[in-house]
Amino acid sequence: MNSFRFDPVELPDSALSFRHAARSFLADELAHERFTPHRNSWGTYDADFSRRCGQHGFIGMHWPQRYGGHEASALDRFVVIEEMLAAGAPMGAHWVADRQSGNNILANGSEAAREKILPQIAAGECFFAIGMSEPNSGSDLASVGMRATRADGGWVLNGTKIWTSNAHQAHYLIALARSEPLGEDRHAGLTQFIVNLRESDGITTRPIYNLYNSHDFNEVFFDDVFVADDMLIGDEGRGWQMVTGELAFERSGPDRILSTYQLLRQLVDAVAKKAEGRDLIAVGRLISHLVTLRRMSLSVAGMLERGESPELEAAAVKDVGTAFEQEIPEIARLLVDVAPSLDNGNPYAEALAKGMLSAPCFSIRGGTREILRGIIAKGLGLR
Amino acid sequence: MNDIRDMILDSAGRLFSDRVNRELWQASEDGGFSDDAWHAVAEMGLTRMLLEEDEGGAGLDVADGLSLAELAGYHALPLPLAETFVGMRLVADRIKVSGEEIIVLAGEHNIIDARLEPAGEGWTLIGELQRIAWGRHAHYVLLDLPARDGDMRRVVVKADRLQWRPDVSLAGEARDSASLDSLALTANAVTATNKTGPSITEWGALLRSLQMAGAMRRALELAVEHANERKQFGRPIAKFQAIQQQLAAMAGQVAAAGAAAAAAARATEGEEPGFMIAVAKARVGEAAGMAAAVAHQVHAAMGFTREHTLHYYTRRLWSWRDEFGTEPYWQDRIGQRICATGGDGMWPFLSDL
Repeated sequence: MNSFRFDPVELPDSALSFRHAARSFLADELAHERFTPHRNSWGTYDADFSRRCGQHGFIGMHWPQRYGGHEASALDRFVVIEEMLAAGAPMGAHWVADRQSGNNILANGSEAAREKILPQIAAGECFFAIGMSEPNSGSDLASVGMRATRADGGWVLNGTKIWTSNAHQAHYLIALARSEPLGEDRHAGLTQFIVNLRESDGITTRPIYNLYNSHDFNEVFFDDVFVADDMLIGDEGRGWQMVTGELAFERSGPDRILSTYQLLRQLVDAVAKKAEGRDLIAVGRLISHLVTLRRMSLSVAGMLERGESPELEAAAVKDVGTAFEQEIPEIARLLVDVAPSLDNGNPYAEALAKGMLSAPCFSIRGGTREILRGIIAKGLGLR
Repeated sequence: MNDIRDMILDSAGRLFSDRVNRELWQASEDGGFSDDAWHAVAEMGLTRMLLEEDEGGAGLDVADGLSLAELAGYHALPLPLAETFVGMRLVADRIKVSGEEIIVLAGEHNIIDARLEPAGEGWTLIGELQRIAWGRHAHYVLLDLPARDGDMRRVVVKADRLQWRPDVSLAGEARDSASLDSLALTANAVTATNKTGPSITEWGALLRSLQMAGAMRRALELAVEHANERKQFGRPIAKFQAIQQQLAAMAGQVAAAGAAAAAAARATEGEEPGFMIAVAKARVGEAAGMAAAVAHQVHAAMGFTREHTLHYYTRRLWSWRDEFGTEPYWQDRIGQRICATGGDGMWPFLSDL
């Protein structure tokens, strides 16, 4: 049986100076009222905020300097991200590019793609969308039906992607497509392509409104969309291995713990005013979860920094972390008598409404709870 | 440093595997105490694990040394090793120990109506001790009490001066009570506490958190082994998603418990050790109930028998989570601390931990 390893991590001095830098940047942003902290963080698209993050060196932090990065460590990035999330900073525009697409291109992309795209991402001027799910491929990702066929100097993509956050605003999308007919090994024959959403012909985007009536995700139709050879990521047919590697980054970060942190913050202030025993106990319980999850997430960042592949641990952080995020609105609605409202100006009401209406997606996006538990079960030796 | 720790833990693990079996568990539940097993543990130096090298210890980092408590929990060791090896460290400056002594802890939940009164050169101790783990077998009991000036004192009581009324925990381990009967103490038995270090209650909670993390780790292993061996409907029950999903959820709780306990063990010499210990006891205690429930559900009827070994771990989980403060006790402390920082101050506080 494999067991989980969550070795304790001490933050290096460099991370502490990054924390300081992120805090003063955020204090300045707030002093100038450049964003509303109690709304959403990585779900809020704000291209101007992203550009300012780029100017301050908070995007692509751990990439090499020649690609616009700052050669910082994964732990330095961890600290900056958690500061941004805790402050409710609107990181939605650059979020996907910074968290996973850029890393993927850096590790597996062509030199041309790295030189062209990474500096733009790091500058906070180039945003990405994820092209994995399809109308008929959700949890069963290996069943993707998007076809990639050879063409002169590249490939042509046909098919549909769905639940694509920011496809209507992003510059690029990384599409997972079947480049060889389905054979015995269903994980073989898949390839990832970088698609220029703004300059390619044959792309149609249809908005899909979510539970809180926001236009975040989309359905994206690909009709003979051309992708040049140098926009292929990694070796042809090896897309599956890259996708699963990418998910370790996607699943273990502080973003899987802090989605409803703004509500928790409002809750603490409300409970502090009343200071009743039952409420203090409920808040204390939530904090015991948060502190523990933060140690676990930090520990996974430490493993990623050492070049290990903590897929099991990442799955566990997301499983336990998203359950915690979902619990906060459930408890907040019972402890404080404020009716949820998306836009009445009351920070508690708004944070509660947003928390209630976004909670279902926490244990779905980035791998459903059931898929994650399947991965953990495999690690335990049950499958 | 970690090499020495791993070497000690390896040897300790082998010793526990050799010694801990149904016979030892049963003897302990029958009210006995295996002097032989205790001697073997002491002889290996495990009771002095947290002492400095010049005091006969291993000179380990406290956090590294504390992993012994997790290991003892993993083996459901029916001996007072956890409290003793911490107790040895806490009394090292005033009692010369051989390593064979048994030292136990009385947290604030174990002390009723207690007072410390000055009496001549020494002190008089008044009150009741209740449900002290391993009380009747102990040589010394450690407790913290405020004196009249309001400052905390750390008190060492010689256990053979007390009349113990025996009782047991759900796991059949000794949990004994005694009246202090205006016990006269010498000046040397009462000292000021180290103000920044953990209190006796906190040390106890930390040890139980580590022990529970270990016992849960073992319960998960047993459940996974059972699921792979037990066949129903023509295949191992491990192949059913209903079983896989439950065990995966349990694994998440076990992982959280291990991380919380380890983080608290690293914080004992920090600025506010009580906070991380509160987090650990609250979080691990909550996970323990869920982990025990899933382990039993997966084992079904077989795990509900005395013949199976699962209950030696799960009954300890149920007993340990109640000791040195249940979850609400520690959650309340966390809640008070966080509400004092307020919503805006919460993040700077948490990110510093």
